[in-house]
Amino acid sequence: MYTHFRLLISTALVAATCFFSVPAYADEPAQHEPNKVTEGINQAEHKIEHNLEESEAKFNIGEMIMHHIADSHEWEFTHGVTIPLPVILYSADRGIEVFSSSNFHNDHHEYNGYHLVHGDSEKIVPVDESRVVYDFSITKNVASMLLSAFILVFIFVSIGKSYQNNKGKAPKGFQSAMEVIILFIRDDVVKPNVGPKYEKYLPYLLTLFFFILVNNILGLLPGGANLTGNIAVTMTLAVLTFIVTHLKANGHYYKHLVKPDGVPVPLLLIMIPVEIVGVFMKPFSLMVRLFANMTAGHIILLSLFGLIFIFQSFMIAPVISLFALFLNFIEIMVAFIQAFIFTLLSSMYIGSAIEEHSHADHGH
Amino acid sequence: MSLLTPNPGLIFWMLVVFLLVVFILAKFAWKPIIKGLKDRENEIQGALDLAERTRAEMIQLKSDNEKLIVEANAVRDRILRDAKDAADRTILESKNIAAVEAQKIIDSARETIRTEQQVAVSKIRKEVATLSLEIAEKVLHRELKDKESQQALIAELATSARLN
Repeated sequence: MYTHFRLLISTALVAATCFFSVPAYADEPAQHEPNKVTEGINQAEHKIEHNLEESEAKFNIGEMIMHHIADSHEWEFTHGVTIPLPVILYSADRGIEVFSSSNFHNDHHEYNGYHLVHGDSEKIVPVDESRVVYDFSITKNVASMLLSAFILVFIFVSIGKSYQNNKGKAPKGFQSAMEVIILFIRDDVVKPNVGPKYEKYLPYLLTLFFFILVNNILGLLPGGANLTGNIAVTMTLAVLTFIVTHLKANGHYYKHLVKPDGVPVPLLLIMIPVEIVGVFMKPFSLMVRLFANMTAGHIILLSLFGLIFIFQSFMIAPVISLFALFLNFIEIMVAFIQAFIFTLLSSMYIGSAIEEHSHADHGH
Repeated sequence: MSLLTPNPGLIFWMLVVFLLVVFILAKFAWKPIIKGLKDRENEIQGALDLAERTRAEMIQLKSDNEKLIVEANAVRDRILRDAKDAADRTILESKNIAAVEAQKIIDSARETIRTEQQVAVSKIRKEVATLSLEIAEKVLHRELKDKESQQALIAELATSARLN
């Protein structure tokens, strides 16, 4: 997929350069005339172009953004402040190999027969291309995920303890702050959408909400990893919701797929594929929604900060910082909204699969 | 495009970490939290129910009290009325008895008076007879010589005797 896209991009670039260079050649005969003014203008244009090219070489905003939203084998907070993370590789011939990613800090980015490729994301490839290597490294995203897991476990286990210690008393401090959110998820998201059997799904959905929320917010911190904007993470969450939805789905749900109520038989030819595609579309939309929202937010913020480096002006920086501050607030809101929506839609999907239909109502 | 290519290693870690978090939180966090919340809700609901019940009981008690007061008032009124009636009756009876007694006394007094009168009259009669006899004796003794005076005397005596 990656190489295909590269191919596409490069073809597009070649096409673009051809397109733009044709008029340039067409201008050439005009330049033969000894028109000093035109020549001067052209020279100035060349100079500007040259400067632009130079500055682009110095700071490539697209590269910077991709570097920030992509996964990495080390956790870079800023230039020079970098935490090397463990690289864990599995290959059939060598077994499990564990070493620090700092080993790649050499001229060739090479260590122990592996090569660290810097594309728009990092990749570890074996120098011997016939070998198949599986990369289970603790990347920046995995490290951030572990951090969020520790935060979640620490917060909620301590809150759970305070519920046991404060039995029959009003909640205190952080407990009451979290209780509002827990109650909101339970009473306004899970209970009305999942239905009477909601309690079985409550632990999964609460964890889902807080996992996404904490990771969304961690991703907004400077130097934070863009975990919930990573397609692998949102895919795993969506697949888990898909599995949870279909684990206890009742007969009515499956029956609805192949024989929806009140649909004329000829229409079934269209409806059945639509329904079956819909089943897989639901987790797919969950995956893309969270991924796209978080990644888009990061890209917007990074683009704004990138503008500062493009303009390289002290006049622009405060204005852009204000914009970025505003967008950061919006992103905090989005962090909550996306966690809420993912949980809400998951509850709705689960609810639709386990919903009890009274048979008397439909007469079948 | 790498953005849209899920990294298998990350999927693996994501599955492991997320499922671990789900299980740890379900066991050590959500269970006590949900239980605590439910207990508290039940407690509050129980307290509210109790208050409602107590209120109903209070209303019941109040109406009971009012009923009791009304009843007590009625009983008191009845007792008072009964007492008054009894008193009235007693007074009336006493009056009647007294009247009867008085009548009896008067009657007996009249009887006594009449008896006494009769006794007195008979006594007077006896006295008068004795007296007239004595007078007659004396007259006879003294006036037998004088015929005229005798007759005058007899006439006089006779008139005086008739007066009785």
